Amino acid sequence: MYRRNKIRLRWFTLVCVSAERLPSESFEQLAMPLFERLYNFACWLTGDRAEAEDLVQETYAKALKGFSSFQPGTNFRAWIYRILRNAFLNSRTGLKAAATVPIDADGEEKVLPSVEQTPESILLQRSDSALVQQALEQLPLPHREILLLCEVEEMSYQEIATALAIPIGTVMSRLSRARQALRAAMLERKNTPKGSTMKAQL
Amino acid sequence: MTCDPWTEKLDAYLDGELAEADARALVEHLRACPACTAEMLNRVQLKRAVHSAGRRFTPDPAFRARIEKNVSTHRPASVRRLWVAALAGCMFLIAAFLIVALQSSQQRAASPLLSELADLHVATLASANPVDVVSTDRHTVKPWFEGKIPFTFDLPELLDSPFTLVGGKVSYLHQSPGAELIFRIRQHQISVFIVQERGLGKMRAEGAANSFNVRSWTKNGLRYFVIGDVAAPDLDKLSDLLKSAG
Repeated sequence: MYRRNKIRLRWFTLVCVSAERLPSESFEQLAMPLFERLYNFACWLTGDRAEAEDLVQETYAKALKGFSSFQPGTNFRAWIYRILRNAFLNSRTGLKAAATVPIDADGEEKVLPSVEQTPESILLQRSDSALVQQALEQLPLPHREILLLCEVEEMSYQEIATALAIPIGTVMSRLSRARQALRAAMLERKNTPKGSTMKAQL
Repeated sequence: MTCDPWTEKLDAYLDGELAEADARALVEHLRACPACTAEMLNRVQLKRAVHSAGRRFTPDPAFRARIEKNVSTHRPASVRRLWVAALAGCMFLIAAFLIVALQSSQQRAASPLLSELADLHVATLASANPVDVVSTDRHTVKPWFEGKIPFTFDLPELLDSPFTLVGGKVSYLHQSPGAELIFRIRQHQISVFIVQERGLGKMRAEGAANSFNVRSWTKNGLRYFVIGDVAAPDLDKLSDLLKSAG
């Protein structure tokens, strides 16, 4: 009986040890610091707070489920942004947004219209975020998201490439076009001021 | 107008993605080129504006709490649950073990006594001299034991009962001396063992052994065992007589 008890004890220890053997960093430790940013990004993508909450929730659920497939040491941030973006693209809003956007077409509006005012001078004059925000809102999804990842999330080109699942060369060219588009949108906004089109206004 | 080969690199430079050598060359160029410097300032400004304007939406604390709960209850709680389950499982196993061990030890403690009683009884039945003192009279048997065993006991009056006292002898149960009395009912013989309680401890000896019925009780520090192949009611009758003796 003593022997059997000993075997049971060993089995018990084994169960406890295997339960303790966890990845170096837990999902919670990695994912929760990104919560505010993911939510912000989701709002920018969906343009609706309720939809953004659903999207973030879906993202966390999917990331948690797929966490075992995440390779420790690789970029978690890019990984989870990619999950969020894929979830968005599969949503109704995302499908609609993806269907109406021009894909990285080359050779359009390389040069800004020559006006005496530049977007930057407008910024100096008005120094408000509303203009930038409205211009961002009207950008097509690929431009909006890449600008957000680069300027707001301050991701490296490599991270952006991972998050958007595009080659790094495309990141650079699309970013350049997105910036031009933003400048153009700001100038346009300046001339025809309108309220925000986003449902998600505070 | 700006200088084409350099303006292309401005964004990469500001994004921190320009190789070190290129970056150094660009900085060198900016010192000499006011147009490119102005363009870079513009881009810095736009970049900053987008950076601050892009941080626009703050989640509801309740929403954060909800996500946090989902995330934190999942993994650590599952580990905790696993622990609890493993612990509960082990406790159950240990408890089951103890119960089985206790029961088997009790059975083992009880059965040697029962089989010893049965053996003594059978040996007496098989013996050519089953008793050392022959008497149908309790007044003969009881004094006979004086000086032979370290205690004394009372015997019942059997005149009105179907039992007769055949006799008695000194016997040893569990290495302690005791009295063995043989009673007869019809053609059946019943052995009654009387020993000191302290020699036996807490061992149980109730029920049946080798198809013999056994009755046992304690009275005045003496342990009585009644064993025989008669039916239970007869055994009980004799037991009652012995209990009431004295």
